[in-house]
Amino acid sequence: MLMAANINFNVDGLINGFWQLTIDGLSWGAIYALVAVGYTLVFGVLRLINFAHSEIFMLGMFGTYFCLDVILGFTPSGNAYNKGVLLTIVYLAIAMIFAMLVSGSAAVGLEFIAYRPLRRRNARPLTFLITAIGMSFVLQEFVHFILPQLIKGYGGSNAQQPILLVQPKAQFTVFGATVSNVTLVIVVSALVLAVATDIAINRTKFGRGIRAVAQDSTTATLMGVSRERIIMTTFLIGGLLAGAAALLYTLKVPQGIIYSGGFLLGIKAFSAAVLGGIGNLRGALLGGLILGVMENYGQALFGTQWRDVVAFVLLVLVLLIRPTGILGESLGKARA
Amino acid sequence: MSHQAGSETTKSTAAKRLLAPGDGLRQWWDGLGRPQKWLFGIVGFGLLALLPLYPPGFIDTPGISFGGTMAQFVMIAIIAIGLNVVVGQAGLLDLGYVGFYAVGAYTVALLTSPDSPWNKMGATGFFSKDWAWLSCVPIAMAVTALAGLILGTPTLRLRGDYLAIVTLGFGEIIRLLADNLSDVTNGSRGLNQIAYPRVGESERLPNGVFSAGNSSGDANYGTWWFWLGLLLMIGILLLVGNLERSRVGRAWVAIREDEDAAEVMGVNTFRFKLWAFVIGAGIGGLSGALYAGQVQYVAPTNFNIINSMLFLVAVVLGGQGNKLGVIFGAFIIVYLPNRLLGVELFGVNLGDLKYLFFGLALVVLMIFRPQGLFPVRQQLLAYASSAKKLLSKADDSKAAA
Repeated sequence: MLMAANINFNVDGLINGFWQLTIDGLSWGAIYALVAVGYTLVFGVLRLINFAHSEIFMLGMFGTYFCLDVILGFTPSGNAYNKGVLLTIVYLAIAMIFAMLVSGSAAVGLEFIAYRPLRRRNARPLTFLITAIGMSFVLQEFVHFILPQLIKGYGGSNAQQPILLVQPKAQFTVFGATVSNVTLVIVVSALVLAVATDIAINRTKFGRGIRAVAQDSTTATLMGVSRERIIMTTFLIGGLLAGAAALLYTLKVPQGIIYSGGFLLGIKAFSAAVLGGIGNLRGALLGGLILGVMENYGQALFGTQWRDVVAFVLLVLVLLIRPTGILGESLGKARA
Repeated sequence: MSHQAGSETTKSTAAKRLLAPGDGLRQWWDGLGRPQKWLFGIVGFGLLALLPLYPPGFIDTPGISFGGTMAQFVMIAIIAIGLNVVVGQAGLLDLGYVGFYAVGAYTVALLTSPDSPWNKMGATGFFSKDWAWLSCVPIAMAVTALAGLILGTPTLRLRGDYLAIVTLGFGEIIRLLADNLSDVTNGSRGLNQIAYPRVGESERLPNGVFSAGNSSGDANYGTWWFWLGLLLMIGILLLVGNLERSRVGRAWVAIREDEDAAEVMGVNTFRFKLWAFVIGAGIGGLSGALYAGQVQYVAPTNFNIINSMLFLVAVVLGGQGNKLGVIFGAFIIVYLPNRLLGVELFGVNLGDLKYLFFGLALVVLMIFRPQGLFPVRQQLLAYASSAKKLLSKADDSKAAA
């Protein structure tokens, strides 16, 4: 067949590199998982696909860059900075907090400007989705054309000059697969954030409110839960995690800070949320990890250029075979 | 007292008229008889066809060929009509419509471009040079409709919001396939020298009026493509209009308004949704074939997913469900960026800002006027005109009494 020439079935490559692919896949999956939480929480509470969440993530990347560049005073250069382990961790933590603040406030602002007026008007679900697409346009094009007018050297058609804070370096090996410091940072911080979010949703008063609104918003309101405040918190949590994911992503892909850089990742994170069962917090985390790993396997099996196709085909297959995802759908019922 | 009430009603009707610019026009249109409608339609489209020959100064696009702009407009208008069947009529949100556009364009390109291994044009090929494009158009529509069938059969059973994401994935997969299957599609370099109709060949224009060589004056190749596209668009309008007035159209509206209720009433929702999807896909393929012919070049970057969103803007802006409204929407999204091309404000090229403006327009429109500029009118669909006559008679008698 003519077409077969472009698709290879490199089974040996998959088997030989299995553990390395798994480890790298987990670090991708950790990023997907953090972004997926934002989709899943908002969907659980509002039944809305927050299409603009990928742009919240993108703003987080710019927030990271701004913090490193202006606040912490790193100038972009081809070489990595070597500040020692402890100091690097401190710098990363500051940048992460800043990125989280940027993304978190952007998410809340998005909710306030775009979605709240619609809720007040009892708009149809399609209207919400179209608004989300519109906001996605607005945020992308803002960074594309308006931001360079406001802050010199930011935004525009090209990616930002990378600032390398951490030079990828092998730390130790597991099952013959090397684990780099970048992978370690990504997986550990994602794990910490995931556990923190899980506790916040399942153990705190606010988390109970979120689950209550997701289960039955009218009854929750009658029981004294402030629906508007819960919705705002939900957007805030999603935004904070997207900001953290943005910092981790820039460690992995330093040259990826561009106005259109969130789009594809957003769709994949959404796929991850659907994979695990949209509306379900633990599902999103699990789905993210599975998607990251599967994508890497697919890339090894079929070739690098098919990486994105693997993610989309996986999404379509999951929706066809088990539309409710691996862990089932409901945020409210997951831990009632 | 009565005077005050009267002034209030006039004020409210004035506000209403401002919000619904199409209402007065529609009332006038409804009052016409069938032959009159045809007459006005023919005159209207005739005037539209003459526009690129005598472009009025305030409409002309100084930065770019006006004929080319109109050709682009008519292609997007056909797309908007097709997408309107899916989104506006049947209420299925399709975010990957650009995928069908790409399938249509690539079908023509693969069959007629010398860069393609499946090229069937040339001395020994199946297609003659003169008729290659035209014979590829129905093939492109059929292939695209088939793609719609293949995508729709498994996915239309899903919930609406999932459908949006799956179609988005489909649009992206089509683009990635075009990029990756470089043995067939020539990858990111794209396919060149696609066939186009060979009409009006002369000394001055050895390749006919549709070739890119015909680039000077008002009747340039863009204008000729506009005329061809306009003819096809009228055909599509008649087809879609008849479908809307038929049982199929009523089933679509029923599904859009309340799928469960439609199902209970005995509408085979899956089948009619699939019909809408396939017909919409075929129309998208037609537009893609037009595009491939006019530009004579296709490449994966022309089918980015953001185009899908732009098509959706045309439909939403014009008014979902109203096929003349979405044509107006298509005109806006093509014309404004071309008109603003090269106009600078604070060092930003306004033509570049199209996505920003359209995004803002979507957000504002969804808050203040979710039904679009020219919304579809809720009307009695069953027994159409006879029922309306009966009702208006009843109203008259009530008023008389």
